[in-house]
Amino acid sequence: MKARDLVGTAVGSTFRARARTLLTVLAIFVGAFTLTLTNGAGTGINRFIDSTVSALGSDQVMTVVKRADADVAAEPDGPPVYDPDAATPVVPGPPQRTVVMTQADIDVLDDIDGVEEAAPVRTLGVEFIQYDGGTRYATPATTLLPGQTQEYVAGGAPQDTGANRLTIPLDYVEPLGFTDAEEAIDATVTLGLTDGTGAEQTVQGTIVGVTEETLAGPVAGVTVNEPLADTVYDLQQVGLPEGEVDRWSLATVQYDPQISPEDLTALQDRLVDAGYEGSTVEDQIGAFTSVIDTIVLVLNGFAGIALIAAGLGIVNTLLMSVQERTREIGLMQAMGMGRGRVFTLFSLEAAFLGLLGSALGAVVAIAFGTWASAALSDSLFSDLPGFTLVAFAPGTVLAVVALIVVVAFLAGTLPALRAARKDPVEALRHE
Amino acid sequence: MNEAILSARNVRKTYRSAIGGAEALRGVSMDVYEGESLAIVGRSGSGKSTLMHLLALLDEPTDGTILLDHRDSWELRRSRLNRARNKTFGFVFQQFLLSPDQTVLENVMLPLKIAGLAPKVRRERALSTLEQLEMAHKASSRATDLSGGQKQRVAIARAIVGNPRILFADEPTGNLDDTTGGIVEDLLFTLNREQGIALVIVTHDDKLAARCDRTLHLRDGRIVTDTVSAA
Repeated sequence: MKARDLVGTAVGSTFRARARTLLTVLAIFVGAFTLTLTNGAGTGINRFIDSTVSALGSDQVMTVVKRADADVAAEPDGPPVYDPDAATPVVPGPPQRTVVMTQADIDVLDDIDGVEEAAPVRTLGVEFIQYDGGTRYATPATTLLPGQTQEYVAGGAPQDTGANRLTIPLDYVEPLGFTDAEEAIDATVTLGLTDGTGAEQTVQGTIVGVTEETLAGPVAGVTVNEPLADTVYDLQQVGLPEGEVDRWSLATVQYDPQISPEDLTALQDRLVDAGYEGSTVEDQIGAFTSVIDTIVLVLNGFAGIALIAAGLGIVNTLLMSVQERTREIGLMQAMGMGRGRVFTLFSLEAAFLGLLGSALGAVVAIAFGTWASAALSDSLFSDLPGFTLVAFAPGTVLAVVALIVVVAFLAGTLPALRAARKDPVEALRHE
Repeated sequence: MNEAILSARNVRKTYRSAIGGAEALRGVSMDVYEGESLAIVGRSGSGKSTLMHLLALLDEPTDGTILLDHRDSWELRRSRLNRARNKTFGFVFQQFLLSPDQTVLENVMLPLKIAGLAPKVRRERALSTLEQLEMAHKASSRATDLSGGQKQRVAIARAIVGNPRILFADEPTGNLDDTTGGIVEDLLFTLNREQGIALVIVTHDDKLAARCDRTLHLRDGRIVTDTVSAA
């Protein structure tokens, strides 16, 4: 029997006992549905985390602080000695006492092997935003780190060249006096700050984008481009005493985005040796992803149990089928069908049951997941813009289907072996 | 006399059961010749079905040898054995053994499908065989919808579609009334005469046996008589 005929015969036999096939397929369907959905949830949540990560920073930038204990012995005993220069920078994670940095520190960082470019993170002293003489709303201002991205409702990122440009968060749109995000684009707003002498200063800037809120984006507030940041920075240093000009608590270093994990660790070690502490975005958020992965793994475990039950269903169905078709098997053997072919025939039947159930389960799960996450995004998760609970990666869905077909095939080997081992004489006598 | 296709040499067959060994055949030697019609008769339990199964290479003897074209069937490898079954033998059973939910055509095409022929060739050959047996008009009927006589004709069509050299018939008329049984018998002997297919008929119907060229009588696992018909 040719391979194509084997497949055709197996598929044909599957549809002979319709009720039994339907029930078996339903059992597989449940497993496939659950697996596809849990993996979809994993994909959806991790995708959201990934986009959040790139809002926090990028994979080619590390934030660097100067260690307060840099000049102290490597393993200090007892409580640290008080250092009046120490500051607590605003970085996610546990607070860490650090020392302010000057241009000298930036130069040191620049010289460290593996660092492509070092730059200070300037704290912008912006205090409020105002449009058309209206109410002043408090806001901080930040710049985007290299490689950092934001999600935009309207417009786009502020270009780092040319005129003073900025983006505002979505929830500032209406209070400032715009009807919607589109209307805010190209409007000129005023940013206010206090300079070193205590006097109020204002700067004008053009809105080029409206940002979506994210779970862990930059500090909620306006994002300014480099020229605007320069203007603000220069203004806030006016009248500052000499010792307080150009003092930063944070710096960033850029490195090769293709860097290997070992080289990255080595780079972090070199920073520590030089008296600094560098942390990547993964350092800060990696634990979060691994928690999600663990949850998905546990859910998949449950789906796996459902799949084992479905596998036993296949064994049962096919054993019944083999028993019922004993004489047919004997006849085929008498007509010269080899044992290998008989085995293949029943294994293919099992695999086809698996394919039927898993394809059906995957399709329904995708339909249900898409519908459910659309519904949830509008209700339960409406506070998390850009979040879809269930997303489907074609590779994962195909892997689930393939896995189930393999499980079905394995479940089919026992009945198939029984069919192949039938003695044709016995089989033909079978009543 | 014609060449022997199948030969049994001092064949014994013992079935092991819970009560102990049951000897179905106790040393049988015989030949099946090209183009002859041979009846194997005997009471139930005489070993006639066992002998047929051994000759058809569906089972292996406990002792002795079965020769196919003078070659020991023990030497045939599994794949050759399967090919020999497919190409050399055709089977007709008392219970017809048609797949009930498949069409007549599909049933007849089964041996060709197992032989690995292309779908088009299978169809053509099966249709021409059905035509020969005057069953072509039923080609797309389901096997369950046929009468007993029609079912046996389809079974015969399936048995001869691959142009076998030997047709084994196990009580071919056992489930049929006299009239339809007679028609099926006529059909078998016509095939034997016109196409030179050797017939090996296992039966306890003496009238059917009498129509064969030769009759082997078995009792308690031994050949009692080997008579060549006068006609």
